[in-house]
Amino acid sequence: MGQFTPTPHDPDARGHFGPWGGRFVPEALIAAVDELAAEYDKARLDPEFVNEFKRLLRDFAGRPSLLTEAPKFAEHAGTRVWLKREDLNHTGSHKINNVLGQALLTKRMGKQRVIAETGAGQHGVATATACALLGLDCVVYMGEVDTERQSLNVARMRLLGAEVIPVKSGSRTLKDAINEALRDWVANVDDTHYLLGTAAGPHPFPLLVRDFHRIIGIEAREQILEKAGRLPDAVVACVGGGSNAIGIFHGFIDDTDVRLVGVEPGGSGLDSGSHGATLTAGTPGSLHGAMSYVMQDEDGQITEAHSISAGLDYPGVGPEHSHLKDIGRAEYFPVTDAEAMEAFALLSRTEGIIPAIESSHALAGALKLGPSLGPDGLLVVNLSGRGDKDMDTAVKYFGLADGGQA
Amino acid sequence: MSLSDVFATARAESRAALIGYLPAGFPTVEGSKDHLRSMIESGCDLVEVGLPFSDPVMDGPTIQAAAEQALSAGFRVRDLFDVVAAVADAGGRAVVMTYWNPVLRYGVDAFARDLAAAGGLGIITPDLVPDEAEDWMAASAAHGLDRTFLVAPSSTEERIAMTARASSGFLYATAVMGVTGARDVVSSAAPALVARVREHTTLPVGVGLGVRSGAQAAEIAGFADGVIVGSAFVTAAGESDAAVRALAADLAQGVRSAVAPV
Ligand SMILES: Cc1ncc(COP(=O)(O)O)c(C=O)c1O
Repeated sequence: MGQFTPTPHDPDARGHFGPWGGRFVPEALIAAVDELAAEYDKARLDPEFVNEFKRLLRDFAGRPSLLTEAPKFAEHAGTRVWLKREDLNHTGSHKINNVLGQALLTKRMGKQRVIAETGAGQHGVATATACALLGLDCVVYMGEVDTERQSLNVARMRLLGAEVIPVKSGSRTLKDAINEALRDWVANVDDTHYLLGTAAGPHPFPLLVRDFHRIIGIEAREQILEKAGRLPDAVVACVGGGSNAIGIFHGFIDDTDVRLVGVEPGGSGLDSGSHGATLTAGTPGSLHGAMSYVMQDEDGQITEAHSISAGLDYPGVGPEHSHLKDIGRAEYFPVTDAEAMEAFALLSRTEGIIPAIESSHALAGALKLGPSLGPDGLLVVNLSGRGDKDMDTAVKYFGLADGGQA
Repeated sequence: MSLSDVFATARAESRAALIGYLPAGFPTVEGSKDHLRSMIESGCDLVEVGLPFSDPVMDGPTIQAAAEQALSAGFRVRDLFDVVAAVADAGGRAVVMTYWNPVLRYGVDAFARDLAAAGGLGIITPDLVPDEAEDWMAASAAHGLDRTFLVAPSSTEERIAMTARASSGFLYATAVMGVTGARDVVSSAAPALVARVREHTTLPVGVGLGVRSGAQAAEIAGFADGVIVGSAFVTAAGESDAAVRALAADLAQGVRSAVAPV
């Protein structure tokens, strides 16, 4: 099955996955999302587009990404573990898949300016990279808090020629960066594409972002069959907005014996109220253009998420995950900051791979899940990104600068 | 008195209606009641009572800051109905302008019921398009509330027609592609948009986004049925009640001095 082949899991024509999704946006943006949906419908069936996308994934992003067994890490999980190495993609995370796809769509629509939001900075860096490659103007909105904890990525974006605008409103994190990008988009929609970085937002974003990431699951399925001779018992991924998870899940969605497991940022623990576990602890609502689970108070005010990982620090989630949760096809649970950081250190030490803190949540999820599967069990973990960008956080967390040891 | 009466009265006086916006709870719940009453007394035919929301993506810095201030002062959704009732008790007419999530959370039918009970006339829904409004269509019908959806310069003819059919009371035409905030000049897109809207409906059309002076109001009154002013009232309310009254009076003069569109 090709990456863009329509599936029975596609949303309806107005972008609904069951009761989720749709378009909760100002009328002023409807023409733009209609244009994008129409362009994507044409592009996904156009061999020229599909081939150009595949060429960029191969020759620029470095796909296919490896599937690496992690036997020493696996000893701690009590089951076999394979890692889907999205950290090896150019720019260091899965984000490049979606960005290259949408940047090509931007060209097709004849738009010259791209705006994006970013949390960890990985999506911003990927977007700045694609814009440099394809000659597009690039503006990235980033919460002020995140510009501080991911300063290296701010520098990378600027080096790549993008303008980075720190967002000072609200919680000054990812959600506010999306608000600001939407405000920019309404005002400049004629010449600007909003290159949304996760599988959320109004239709068609959840569909097309997912499709651009389906390559992760398609490759992983082929690779695990070839290397392990069978399908895994579960596929594990971290869930911020949900793009890396939905991308790998889709490769296995029709393999009903394969559990699809999403790991959410539990912050200081669910009881503390300081977390970002939207699917585990949220309620239905509309945020950033779609109906989905959201973190909100009893008045429908969106509450702030908290996570040590900037890329997971988001009180919303893509609508397809809400649907997969409701129908029971996927399961979601949180791990804490501490558990994620422990997994971060463990993978670094046992396998020589420094994961992103986002991806470390998936690893911590695997450590929790593993014992129930036993030594013959098999997990595929989506290692969505590399941890270079997280060194500041790690230095502080483990006291590495003072001779500390993780 | 319904929304159509508001526009019929203005039309009978050969002028546009003046519609002023202020978030409930800004600067305080009681303060917002005072300002809204002043707006009515000084010439607003209708007030839009805003529901402060944590993530106001359609709003510029002025209204964002006002919403943030109201929320950090402890504003609750139930205060909204209290503010609407205060306007209605003072003989004013009020609609609510709100992002959709707080209504969803409250329950669409319950929200409509409580708004109608408070004397509110309808809801303006900046991030709810008719395509997603099934529950609201039913609730508004059940509780006798008007539905004001928005049209924009980017709306297609088909969408303008569809949006007009789904609306009642009046239609909100956003004069510019952008967020709320006072601007110096009236957008050139506004007259063209209103003309397009008129091809599809006889509903009154209100024009908003960026209006702040009597002169601008006069210009818009030349082609629209209602002049909607938001950020400028928020700024005035941040100064004093006298500033609110002075602005309303200036704008009320403006809607009575329509200049023919060029
Ligand atoms: C490496 C990495 N993984 C995961 C995420 C979370 O995003 P999503 O849930 O869309 O995959 C991010 C976001 O910045 C990221 O940088």
